[in-house]
Amino acid sequence: MTAKDSKHPLRGIRSPLLPAVLALFVLSVNAQVDETLTEQVELEPAPEAGAEGYHQPPSLDDIPEGPFGDSVRSGWEAFVNTRQHPKAKRFVGNKQNCGNCHLAGGLAANSAPMWGAWGIYPKYRGKNDHVNTMDERIRGCFTYSMNANSSEAGGPPEPDSQVLKDLQTFFFWSAQGAPIGKNLPGRGYAAVPEPQNGSSVSRGEEVYQNQCSICHGSDGSGKFADDGRQIFPPLWGAGAYNWGAGMHRINTAAAFIKYNMPLGKASPVEKEAVLTDQQAWDVAAYINSHERPQDPRWEGNKASTDEKWHTHQCLYNETVRGHTLGDGAG
Amino acid sequence: MHGRCGFTCGLFGFSLLILLMPTMGAANEAGKKLAQQGGEGVQACSSCHGAQGGGNAAAGWPRLAGLNADYMAQQLTAMADGTRSNPIMAPIASALSEQQRGDVAEYFASLKPPTMAPGGEVDQKTLHRGETLAQRGDWQQGIPACTSCHGLQGQGVGVAFPSIAGQPAMYLQNQIKAWQSGSRHNDPNGLMASVAKRLSDEDSQAVTAWFASLPAKPSNNDQ
Repeated sequence: MTAKDSKHPLRGIRSPLLPAVLALFVLSVNAQVDETLTEQVELEPAPEAGAEGYHQPPSLDDIPEGPFGDSVRSGWEAFVNTRQHPKAKRFVGNKQNCGNCHLAGGLAANSAPMWGAWGIYPKYRGKNDHVNTMDERIRGCFTYSMNANSSEAGGPPEPDSQVLKDLQTFFFWSAQGAPIGKNLPGRGYAAVPEPQNGSSVSRGEEVYQNQCSICHGSDGSGKFADDGRQIFPPLWGAGAYNWGAGMHRINTAAAFIKYNMPLGKASPVEKEAVLTDQQAWDVAAYINSHERPQDPRWEGNKASTDEKWHTHQCLYNETVRGHTLGDGAG
Repeated sequence: MHGRCGFTCGLFGFSLLILLMPTMGAANEAGKKLAQQGGEGVQACSSCHGAQGGGNAAAGWPRLAGLNADYMAQQLTAMADGTRSNPIMAPIASALSEQQRGDVAEYFASLKPPTMAPGGEVDQKTLHRGETLAQRGDWQQGIPACTSCHGLQGQGVGVAFPSIAGQPAMYLQNQIKAWQSGSRHNDPNGLMASVAKRLSDEDSQAVTAWFASLPAKPSNNDQ
């Protein structure tokens, strides 16, 4: 086995599993031509909220009875506890829930709310030259943020499968009354301009240990209840989002962190922060200077994967603390 | 090979148990004595916190039984050094040595919490508001769900996030007031102070009533 082979995501698999490995491999090769695995494009920033404020989703207490309401509830439950949801858990290949990156169960402005995402799909993307649907977009989330290729199912949910229907029913319900086709105030994360001198991993480590480690652990491994339910998500290592997830980008992580973390100190809906822009960028760099599951678009080596898929603000294939990142974890 | 290892390991484990038993016993015995009889300058904990550490809902004195031992030891230190200001507890906590704080904390951590919820008279609407705040938060006010840090059932998470299920409503409300005023400022990273300051009096009453309506849950291990 050459050094390059040893970095392959399928390394270390024992031979009795070969048929399964081959099947997985075929799946992942298929997945590579699947549009869910194309590069995520940076979206236009959302406009500031005007006098009317943000879209107000309905209360979870007002989910109607009957089959439609059941689907909304199932979608919401899959969103907040994806790892243990009967229909969703097969597709989770790490220790994350959707609600970890979309606070308030996907309902808070400036925390990438689902009501903000709902109305901007389907969307044509020049990158993959076709009209991308919400169904496809969620499959992308599973592939990267939930590392679906390492899940029990070996990949994201099939198109139009029940879990995707339920999630979309929940999104639709939360967006009721919001205009379609508009970039709504509060959509996505509120962008944080890059500081003049960029970001620093070592300064970020200090921010992390002071502000983040109490919940996420000084080793980034998160915290779990005795019944296995996640309390605080892992931020790096095998349990974290993979090298293809949007959150591995320093600008995206900084935007999430600034108005969402530390939980209870920042306030996304009020757009209040306790970290400075510099601290948000530094800690985003520190968190993303650790290994995490391999990019599913692996091109055979770090340099090629970097060149093809990582032409954005991230540390993939960069050398930090004497280690060139991108080996993967898990 | 397996059998031999089993025997060796068993023997080792047994010896270890024998070696550790007196120390474990001693810590618990010392803690138990302090709790039940008090010590020099220290009145018996049980005189306020109950014979089994179940607390006193009417007086607003907290349950200690089944709380995280390290959390309780830290609180005693905070009450001694004033970062958790408490006129009743300050002289008691100051009279205890570090060893005694650890002993008494370990003793109360080992006790089973009461199966009955402290409860209190509260209407359904208030309880419902409390449950909503506890489990989902109020993001318009910047308040995350209490359970997102204190555990899904309020059972506590490690040393930083204490068990709040089955604590008297008055005790919990007093703590929220203490964070709001700054008389308690020993929370890690100021997390709880920040949340407390976002809570209105009505919401504080509702959410504490809801946690008091639950029986205490077994404490969560850290990880």
